[in-house]
Amino acid sequence: MAILSVENLHRRFGGLHAVNDVSFQVTAGQIKAVIGPNGAGKTTLFNLVSGALMPSSGVVRFQGKDIQGRRPYEIAALGMARTYQNIKMFAGMTALENVMVGCHLRGKAGFFSSMLHAPWTWGEERAVLKKSMELLELLEIGECAHVLATSLAFGQQRAVELARALAMQPSLLLLDEPAAGLNIYETAEVGRLITKIRDMGITVLLVEHDMSLVMDISDEIVVLCFGEKIAEDLPAAIQNNPEVIRIYLGE
Amino acid sequence: MSTELFVQYLFAGITYGSIYAIVAIGFNIIYNTTGIINFAQGEFVMLGGMIAISLLSFLPLPAAIALAVLLTMIIGALIEIIFIRWLKNPSVLRMIIITIGISILTREAAVHIWGENIRALPYFVGNEITTIGIMGARISPQVLWVVGVCGVMVAVLHLFFRTTSVGREMRACAANRLATILCGINPRNMVTFSFVLSAGMGALAGCVMSPITYSQYDMGTGLAIKGFTVAILGGLGNSGGAVAAGLLLGIIEAFSVSVVPLAFQDAIAITILLLILFVRPHGIFGSGEAARLKAF
Repeated sequence: MAILSVENLHRRFGGLHAVNDVSFQVTAGQIKAVIGPNGAGKTTLFNLVSGALMPSSGVVRFQGKDIQGRRPYEIAALGMARTYQNIKMFAGMTALENVMVGCHLRGKAGFFSSMLHAPWTWGEERAVLKKSMELLELLEIGECAHVLATSLAFGQQRAVELARALAMQPSLLLLDEPAAGLNIYETAEVGRLITKIRDMGITVLLVEHDMSLVMDISDEIVVLCFGEKIAEDLPAAIQNNPEVIRIYLGE
Repeated sequence: MSTELFVQYLFAGITYGSIYAIVAIGFNIIYNTTGIINFAQGEFVMLGGMIAISLLSFLPLPAAIALAVLLTMIIGALIEIIFIRWLKNPSVLRMIIITIGISILTREAAVHIWGENIRALPYFVGNEITTIGIMGARISPQVLWVVGVCGVMVAVLHLFFRTTSVGREMRACAANRLATILCGINPRNMVTFSFVLSAGMGALAGCVMSPITYSQYDMGTGLAIKGFTVAILGGLGNSGGAVAAGLLLGIIEAFSVSVVPLAFQDAIAITILLLILFVRPHGIFGSGEAARLKAF
């Protein structure tokens, strides 16, 4: 069953068709990758799906609801988490606190009860702490919990960001170039973590340049070029698709 | 200077200093979530005192103060919702001019409601002439109320930001707005909360200080200038720095009375503000490197 479906999505910037009539579906429980050369419209596509940009036309349907034009935090609240290509950490907060902020959507304590430090918020606070710690352990960075997030190594920050996204208990996770800036060991590590996340039952849609990672972990691949979808298939078939080889390697 | 006189000045300094610190922390809370200086901060202090004085005719003192704080918080929320929330990516200058406008508007509304009379809440314990002796100096118990309430407020605020989910989310919003959106948080709500919080703090400070300093419709401007001086002195956005800088300014002002005439007290605060802005614009406790990364 499709958890996310994109239908005839268009986005123009002036005369440039950054995303031109793109349609595809993401089946629940799979890892789907979007690839394409630079400027193909991959990040624009992500911004359209996650609500950071408004589409010029077309439909984005998430869990059966039309979500195009909704605000990004509303879409996040529906269960779609995303990360950006450059890491967005909360500076001045520890790794653990970063993940705890991600638990916001599952929390019930309001502004006034929080401000008064009301006793009924304590239990929830403890639960959030425990849950966040578990997520850090799951992503194998439990020992960094009390370190300021911005002072961690780049690969570890990536893991904190993944933990924070998981803290929202999303049903769909959008990852924008999760391996950007990582070395080959860290890339392999992130690949393993993404598979682990998929095995927890969370659907993953990712944009990635690192072909070894994409071919390794993806269940299906969409190829974009100049804003248009030129292929959608299994990794093995994509590798042998003459059109894809042409745009990547030239004539 | 005799010990008694020294202690007397010191307590006067600490009293005013803690009020400045509270106003400065009010500036910091809003600065941290929005990047703007809310020049209407002093008006929250005025409103707290004035509303409590009016309510006192129907309610006992503690209830009047509690309700005044609550009403000021609601006014803070309304101000944010009406004047700031709907703006899309406003420039810093525009926001500042809006807050100056809000300050003038609030003051004018106050003069129509309460007139130009100077009013005051009664002393919480005893009356004007009740004193307690500390090391030979005679201190009004209200001084201890001001210092105590301000101290508790700072401590509770610290706990709020460190150990509660909403506090953590407000810090997150200050650190990285985009990332809070990714976590499903509406940053506009955090901005409203920051107005509510600093309005409430200002109002409570306005109530406890009212018996000593009196309340008048135009007291906000002076307090805003002092609070702003302290916020800058402590490093914008740094609440620990604001407490230290507030006490410092209060004590300098108090002791200056023994050297220069009382009329120059305000001139001293403004001189310090100018000196700091020329020499160390990031404040004594702020980091220059961090200041360069801020919007202003």
